[in-house]
Amino acid sequence: MPKSAATSVDFAAAPVNATLSKEDKLGLLRSMVRIRRFELQAAKIYNAGKMGGFLHLYNGQESVAVGATSLMGDNDHVITAYRNHGHALAVGMSMNECMAELYGKATGCSKGKGGSMHFFAPDKNYWGGHGIVAGQTPLGLGLAFGLKYKGLTGAAMCFLGDGAVNQGCFYESLNMAALFGLPVIYIIENNKYSMGTSLERSSVVDKCLAQRAEAFKIDWAQADGEDVYEVRAVTQKAIDRAHKESKPTVIEFDTYRYYGHSVADAKHKGGYRKEEEIEKYKKEHDPIQLFKSHLIAEKILSEEQFEAIDAEEKAGAAAASEFAEESPAPTEAAIFEDVYFEVDRQTEAGRTGRHFFNN
Amino acid sequence: MPLIEYREALNQAFAEEIERDPNVVLIGEEVAQYDGAYKVTRGLWKKYGDKRVVDTPISEAAFIGMGVGASMLGLRPVMELMFWSFATVAYDQIINNAGQIRYMSGGLINCPIVIRGPANGGTNVGATHSHTPENWLAAIPGLKVVSAANAYDAKGLMKTAIRDNDPVMFMENTLLYGEKYEVPEGEYLIPLGVADIKREGTDVTLVSHGRAVLTALKAAEILAAEHDISCEVVDLRSIRPLDEETVLASVRKTHRAVLVDENKPFCGVSAQISSMIMEQAFDDLDAPVGRVCSLDAPAIYSPAVEPFQLPTPDRIIRKVKEIC
Repeated sequence: MPKSAATSVDFAAAPVNATLSKEDKLGLLRSMVRIRRFELQAAKIYNAGKMGGFLHLYNGQESVAVGATSLMGDNDHVITAYRNHGHALAVGMSMNECMAELYGKATGCSKGKGGSMHFFAPDKNYWGGHGIVAGQTPLGLGLAFGLKYKGLTGAAMCFLGDGAVNQGCFYESLNMAALFGLPVIYIIENNKYSMGTSLERSSVVDKCLAQRAEAFKIDWAQADGEDVYEVRAVTQKAIDRAHKESKPTVIEFDTYRYYGHSVADAKHKGGYRKEEEIEKYKKEHDPIQLFKSHLIAEKILSEEQFEAIDAEEKAGAAAASEFAEESPAPTEAAIFEDVYFEVDRQTEAGRTGRHFFNN
Repeated sequence: MPLIEYREALNQAFAEEIERDPNVVLIGEEVAQYDGAYKVTRGLWKKYGDKRVVDTPISEAAFIGMGVGASMLGLRPVMELMFWSFATVAYDQIINNAGQIRYMSGGLINCPIVIRGPANGGTNVGATHSHTPENWLAAIPGLKVVSAANAYDAKGLMKTAIRDNDPVMFMENTLLYGEKYEVPEGEYLIPLGVADIKREGTDVTLVSHGRAVLTALKAAEILAAEHDISCEVVDLRSIRPLDEETVLASVRKTHRAVLVDENKPFCGVSAQISSMIMEQAFDDLDAPVGRVCSLDAPAIYSPAVEPFQLPTPDRIIRKVKEIC
């Protein structure tokens, strides 16, 4: 649960935040607002029947993805689970390519082949977007292995939810991360519910989930995810550990999702959680409102400026929808593209033997 | 030409590829200091060190996934599963991550990984260690599946698999590791998707892969010597991609086919081949396509009985005589 104001540290003064320019800070705010507006637009088109599949919204958690990814250097990488729109936008993917992916259009970041859960941008060191709970945790290990193998100073940030921590491959990965000394940072976004099952009903908890890292002699931290400054300060320590010592870290950020597990999760309000709980988080712990207040107190933001940023991002999300609607769907022939590298490139290997078995 | 063991041929392939490409790394249980559970990687750790030959804990899900993640960054991991049967605990990583990442990213991410190890019954180790998952894996578009019947093919196919930019599942066989075959010195490559006619014949085509090729060859010898039936033995070598033309050309020549397959019959590789022949060479057939597969039950332990659960020369001969 979030700490009270009385016990909170002033993370704005942490070195990693003290050096931020006014523009940097406004950039963090804009990034969070962009995610919020993108997700609201996504909910709108989902409810209008304009996209298929599932839609897992990130509203309420924006500060975690924005704070952590804002620290990335050239050799730092990110991978996450299916609630991945926030991370994608935070690393700099455009609303157009992301929205078009939701619509299943050829202009989507994955050419309409991945959908909501599967955004990718390797040119931005962003490796998805993975649908199987905790399935990305060994991949994060592999990114860190690759960095170390190549002799690069970097870190692999691997996000997972509180519902993912009970999967075996996560613990196998922690063991190997510690054993091999790999620069991977597992960031647990604890939004308190794995689908409709509360933390209490799914996990044995002593102090917190991240504490389980002790079993592997891995350094860990638990922190408030609602404060983007705190997310940055805590994550930077882990990045330093990865860069300087090639060691893993497990971080747990307390956070909260305003919507259901997915938009199809009708029981999230008044079912497995009380409506008052949701309202309390929105009112007292909203990452955007908290950071906005911070910046107003720091006198680098006015209400009017905030409204302008919000309006711009709202317009951007609406424009992304227009872009997506006007974009072409993939062709039927595209079903067979991007399956095999060698076939796509029509290399000798791709031209030898039959790869597809349609009648 | 030197006669070398199947395991030594693979070992040469690894050594040559490690020396050729700094991104090639061998990873798996006991592959380094122990020299490999089946000694396929013998001496490589001593020669190339900790960086290129990496021991892992018994954590197939994590280390296979680690290999997939590393391949996304441009490494070419060659992952050993001590038995392909253990793929069951790494299935999510193989199917969903190695198999789907390129497609789901719209072609932005490649996964140039090789996952290899023995996939066979016949060693009295019980059902959990005796799976032949080439059909499970070949059913996944995005994966490639290779099976080598002798040392020559093993080396040439492995080198190609390591250089391939897609995930290649490489099926070996503990009963073949000690088998010797002529392997030329120096480099050669065998493309994926090219079958090999292991014996020419005129009366019936035996289609096979892996160790079943040797069983088919034994049956062919007996059929020629004792029954005056001339068998052509086609070794698929690569299941996906598949060399349909070589199989179909042989069937068009012999007008009969018996498929010999250590897979179980239900949706086994032979079921796919049978369907292909029916669809594309129906008018060339003078008899129904026959199949000789592993008997359709979990692999039995009993040393006295297990040999009969796999395809045997006797069962092949009986099936051939039914249709010839």
